[in-house]
Amino acid sequence: MFTSVDDVSARLAGTGYLASPAVATTVFLAARLGKPLLVEGPAGVGKTELAKAVAQVTAARLVRLQCYEGVDESRALYEWNHAKQLLRISAGRDESWDETRTDIFSEEFLLPRPLLTAIRGEEPTVLLIDETDKADVEMEGLLLEVLSDFQITVPELGTVTATRRPFVVLTSNAGRELSEALRRRCLFLHIGFPEEELERRIVRLKVPGLGEALTASVVRVVGALRAMDLRKLPSVAETLDWARTLLALGADTLDENLVRDTLGVILKHQDDIQKAAAKLDLDAL
Amino acid sequence: MTAVADRITGLAAALRAHGVRIGTGETVDAARAVEALGLADRELLREGLAATLLHGPGQRALFDAVFDLYFPRGIGGPEDAPRDRETLRDRLAEALAADDRALMARLAAEAVDGLGGYGSSPASDGWSAYQTLDRLRPQTLLARVRADIRGRAGGPGAGFADRLLDDEIRHRIEEFRRLVGAEARRRVAERRGRDEIARRAVRPTADRVDFLIADRDQLTELRRAVQPLARKLATRLAARRRRAARGTIDLRRTLRSSLSTGGVPMRPVLRRRRPVRPELVLLCDVSGSVSGFSDFTMLLVQALHDQFGKVRVFAFVNRLDEVTGLLGHGRADPDGLSARIRAEAVLTGWHGSSDYGVALGEFTERYGAAVGPRTTVFVLGDARTNMSDPNLPAVRELARRARRVHWLNPEPRDRWGTGDSAAPAYAELVRMHECRTARQLSALVAGLLPV
Ligand SMILES: Nc1ncnc2c1ncn2[C@@H]1O[C@H](COP(=O)(O)OP(=O)(O)OP(=O)(O)O)[C@@H](O)[C@H]1O
Ligand SMILES: [Mg+2]
Repeated sequence: MFTSVDDVSARLAGTGYLASPAVATTVFLAARLGKPLLVEGPAGVGKTELAKAVAQVTAARLVRLQCYEGVDESRALYEWNHAKQLLRISAGRDESWDETRTDIFSEEFLLPRPLLTAIRGEEPTVLLIDETDKADVEMEGLLLEVLSDFQITVPELGTVTATRRPFVVLTSNAGRELSEALRRRCLFLHIGFPEEELERRIVRLKVPGLGEALTASVVRVVGALRAMDLRKLPSVAETLDWARTLLALGADTLDENLVRDTLGVILKHQDDIQKAAAKLDLDAL
Repeated sequence: MTAVADRITGLAAALRAHGVRIGTGETVDAARAVEALGLADRELLREGLAATLLHGPGQRALFDAVFDLYFPRGIGGPEDAPRDRETLRDRLAEALAADDRALMARLAAEAVDGLGGYGSSPASDGWSAYQTLDRLRPQTLLARVRADIRGRAGGPGAGFADRLLDDEIRHRIEEFRRLVGAEARRRVAERRGRDEIARRAVRPTADRVDFLIADRDQLTELRRAVQPLARKLATRLAARRRRAARGTIDLRRTLRSSLSTGGVPMRPVLRRRRPVRPELVLLCDVSGSVSGFSDFTMLLVQALHDQFGKVRVFAFVNRLDEVTGLLGHGRADPDGLSARIRAEAVLTGWHGSSDYGVALGEFTERYGAAVGPRTTVFVLGDARTNMSDPNLPAVRELARRARRVHWLNPEPRDRWGTGDSAAPAYAELVRMHECRTARQLSALVAGLLPV
């Protein structure tokens, strides 16, 4: 898939994803060792974006399983199309039940969900299991099975084994602690907030209209906010939002009023805004 | 390549000695990672080994320090480096102003080499980070670096971000101190063997540091770990709750529901526990000796508060006061907690040292009603009463009223009962547990909290 770590960085950069050395190395290894990649980190640091970028540069199809509380086998693996089955049953009144049964549990009535889709695919596939921590513990057991053997058994149809293993990315926000067993299946990558230099490059790439000096100031202020003890620390997503806002306002330098008026773009909680304003010596809001 | 295999094994063993769980599967993956990455770029190697050996973010600082010993930057000291202090300070000031990490690393090596050596006996470590920093005093470069950067930016008009400058420089100096620490360890390991140094001189992860000897940084780090730890515990408590709720079959409801299947009980109906959330009372010794421990525990319990019907927290030194309100939502600035408690609660009478007897007596007298048959009580403290009466009747009364009383003692078990410790006497009345580290605490909380 990739010839070297540099190859990973260069190709990801080509799609607009700027990878830190840690990200590039781990993606390279996951491809080389054929292991799923577990990406953990705060919201908005580019976990989902990474999986999309990998799919794009490897010309792979992206199959995404979005996890949420209550996601179950019928959403993750497959489901029978009951409505269609019923229609079929009522249509074929003169044939034997055995015949009907064989027929309605065939491919035609199967609704494949992301895990099955990814395992059966012939073409290169990136399987993104997004926000794994939101799913229930039971779901983890299922994932563990699928990621161990890369096969899925549909009792009525038999066992499907991947002819071509997908590149698997699991993301988690650590909302819930994932099990040790699942972690052990994966290579582990923690994406934290980027280094100053990398974040500057990300802003320059995504919001090119903002001047170099202003970009540097924006990144410094966000960095200072991250060192504070806030309820929700600003992420790359917030840095970009702020940069876009400043661009729209036509700002060319950062000053006290501007920061005060736009702090709400970076911080989401009122008490965070107040605390940050005090620490940054902004006049009372 | 076998030399590399040895290093990977040594690295994994050192990490295991610090409590990281690494199986053979991980070491095999690590070896494959090294093969795929090659040895040319040390930073890629670092990331590759971290990705294969670790499973969570909490172990990364430990990993980095151990990695630096098994895959060192080089061997021996720098060649023909100027060793005098003033030249080093001048060059360090430049490196800090330019935020040049590579140069900072080189200067750390020169500084340890030039200023950090001591003792030539084979029994001594030979190199000291403390001595290096004490002689070099990087923290005193702040003003100079600031002036230098402002000068470069062309005068004071550098804009809003200029007010962040001091903190940024402090961070760089902190980073330099870390580099000096790593370099000194590397040099010591050359004398004493890396296996020994990786076990002895690398700081354990914060959750394995004794509360009673943790320094300020470690306590801050611990406080930062409260939220993730609380989430982990909440998951475990929820699992216990589910297990408890699954419990018994409700026969009457099973039969009733079986009417629809002609009286054949097809589906057993499980008895649902009434969702009554347990109540929790915390009595915390916040005197200097154990405040790190009680602060951390209070924050943890606060972060878990939605697991309970009610949580009340009391702090004491030799007087006792309720501090539940000071922990409340929105006020939870964890770093300021102990200062707030000290400022706003009445905790001491006419002297400043702990008196368990008086404090516990005050609790049963003034707040006895806070404890009922649904309440679990946690007492936090070292049970050192400064030779005054331990007031055992008060504890007996507490044990009688509460559903359960647990005493968490941050001292090692073998010190209980030494000097002025009344631990053994209390331990006869309520269950006392050794609770020296955050790791022990979370195991206790996961096991003892009522669900
Ligand atoms: N290294 C990067 N290079 C380019 N863009 C990035 C990078 N990191 C983050 N971004 C941008 O930040 C935004 C947030 O990214 P993304 O949605 O992938 O975050 P996430 O980690 O998945 O967050 P969440 O946990 O909320 O799902 C996106 O617009 C993405 O383009
Ligand atoms: Mg996402």
